[in-house]
Amino acid sequence: MRQRTEFIQGNETCVRAALYAGLDFFAGYPITPSSEITEHMAAHLPRIGGSFLQMEDEISSLCSIIGASLTGHKVMTATSGPGFSLMQEALGFAVMTEIPCVIADVQRGGPSTGLPTHGSQGDVYQARWGTQGDHAIISLTASNHQDLFAMTVEAFNMAETFRTPVVLLLDEITGHMREPLTLPREGEIPVIERLRTSVPEGVDYHPYLPREDGRLPMSDFGGKHRYNVTGLYHDMWGFPTTDPKVIHGLIHHLMDKIENHAHEITRYREYYLDDAHTVLISYGCSARTALHVVTSRRRRGEKLGLLEIQSLWPFPAELVRAKCEHAHYILVVEMNMGQVVHEVKKAVQDPERVYLANRVDGEFITPTDVRNIMRLVHGRGV
Amino acid sequence: MEKPKVKEHHIKRSWCKGCGICVSLCPKGVLELNEEHKAVPANASQCVGCRTCERMCPDLAIAIELEQEHETTD
Amino acid sequence: MAIDQYLRKRFFPHIWCAGCGHGIVLNNMLRAVDQLQINQNEMVMVSGIGCSSRISGYVDFHSLHTLHGRALAFATGVKMSQPNLTVICPMGDGDALAIGGNHFIHACRRNMDLTAIVMNNRIYGMTGGQFSPLSGTGITATTSPQKTIDREFDIISLSLASGATFVARTTAYHYKEITNYIKEALQHPGFSVVEILSQCPTHFGRRNKQGDATEMLQRYRQNTTSIGSEAKQKNPELIERGIFRQETAPEYCAEYAELINRAQQS
Repeated sequence: MRQRTEFIQGNETCVRAALYAGLDFFAGYPITPSSEITEHMAAHLPRIGGSFLQMEDEISSLCSIIGASLTGHKVMTATSGPGFSLMQEALGFAVMTEIPCVIADVQRGGPSTGLPTHGSQGDVYQARWGTQGDHAIISLTASNHQDLFAMTVEAFNMAETFRTPVVLLLDEITGHMREPLTLPREGEIPVIERLRTSVPEGVDYHPYLPREDGRLPMSDFGGKHRYNVTGLYHDMWGFPTTDPKVIHGLIHHLMDKIENHAHEITRYREYYLDDAHTVLISYGCSARTALHVVTSRRRRGEKLGLLEIQSLWPFPAELVRAKCEHAHYILVVEMNMGQVVHEVKKAVQDPERVYLANRVDGEFITPTDVRNIMRLVHGRGV
Repeated sequence: MEKPKVKEHHIKRSWCKGCGICVSLCPKGVLELNEEHKAVPANASQCVGCRTCERMCPDLAIAIELEQEHETTD
Repeated sequence: MAIDQYLRKRFFPHIWCAGCGHGIVLNNMLRAVDQLQINQNEMVMVSGIGCSSRISGYVDFHSLHTLHGRALAFATGVKMSQPNLTVICPMGDGDALAIGGNHFIHACRRNMDLTAIVMNNRIYGMTGGQFSPLSGTGITATTSPQKTIDREFDIISLSLASGATFVARTTAYHYKEITNYIKEALQHPGFSVVEILSQCPTHFGRRNKQGDATEMLQRYRQNTTSIGSEAKQKNPELIERGIFRQETAPEYCAEYAELINRAQQS
């Protein structure tokens, strides 16, 4: 049987993938350039008996999906920069209470209202550090629709596996761009279901006591186990505590369950890295430009390679260090004033090899932009 | 209506914070605060079983047990 | 005690101060749940942040202690995703109507079958006695040493104007009304608001020379009256207690179920 191919926007791709992953509850608030996600959810969800809510703001959008996740549903919200800022409080709540959810942030130019209809990759650090306090987070991204589909499904899988919010970082360019998407068949991409407790009714269930493998089986609100959920530091029953030992244990658990599994979370693509003298590192829409530069220069025999990072957080430092080991020059291509470039500098030996190739005027970074910066780096002038 | 017979005033002393609401609102002066500032049924025989103390206790510390009831408390 | 089965007794004595009205609300709220014989596994309590919100830790229901002002937003997701659950949201006045004001009016408008309890003590207690949007003018608080000039909300008018379909008010003194109104609210098939004036002797009473808890409760007896009473006609200053609205209107989850039917047929 021939697989179906559709010519659709990245935002709609995200919706199709979320449904593929088993999403059945979405709440959102209109904001450019993510509104198409909310609109397509409104169209699709009632047909499958799922729930769609248009809330009064981004704050309540994230709060309501956290509530719905607690009753056992796969949930998501979508927004852009200013809305993502409003969500940071509830994002921290989901981190602290370990409630699976997916937040799609279709990045636009910032700060503030910024450039609503133009692409940017300025929210990489907001995804990492937007909510207060020490915490770990998972953030995924993609440069094309086929990968975006896969990463969206992965976002749901990781949310369930690690009991955490996952930030799906899209951008205006991939979100609004149309290109062919071959819809994966059922079962083609694995879908991970929620791990639920096997503790029978009447037996003490500890919602926050990790198993030996660090995972926490859940029990649905409305089910047979009644327990407490709080954004305060809490004990294994979910009740507030100020016991230093318990606090120490919880913060370490929240960090370790993700940071110690960075290798499982790491997702990337690589092109011509084996003998590359100059390694481009990029992600999201910028990786399209970077790939164009690499392939066209390779045809001329220049030893360029590309590492496209798809899992931005936890940052795959070991991967980057290994792939850049023999590079003379490392160029990080991104549409911001330099965010991932700092992580790359921290990750590699001899960080003076690392340069930023960026564009921040609202226009999509072009191969010429990257080539010009590369010529400067190589000391050849523009 | 026949006056209900009160069997016992169950007062959880560790829950009582001694606010005195029960003492003030009891229509029969049944309750007092002892030297530890805990409510005690000093005049239990006067109790008419109206349960005002039970319902108005902010500490949920008081339960009135009537004769014909089989309520238990700990 | 009739309500013992609904308490998580190992957390008592609770954290509220001596004489706090919130304990009276908890006491008589649980009697409503008991009288209605609601299955505890089908009962969800969602609260925000503040003194009031600690109530959810004390009840043996599914309990969700969320963010300041956001209880109704979380509750909306819980109810929408599992409409068979009974969802009750006790909130403080600052929680519900300052930081949570927008969620409050939209929850009223949506008419989802949630029960909002506003425990109105006219002060931020947990943070040490700052004035709230319900304090009203002429009140001494830690942030109004020269007395407040801020006017207050009227929760009843706000709820009515925003579209809540069950709206009632009583006080911590009128414990039978607390139980009765919450019972009505829990049974009401739509969004219900029950405002309960609740004394804070520690921060409000002490600073405003209103005496101890008992005196504050007596004040509720004296300065309130039933809706439309003769006393109210004689003294318009009296605060009315009672059910201000109880009417049926399309409930959100039921409407959404209809929407699903239409979507699946077309």
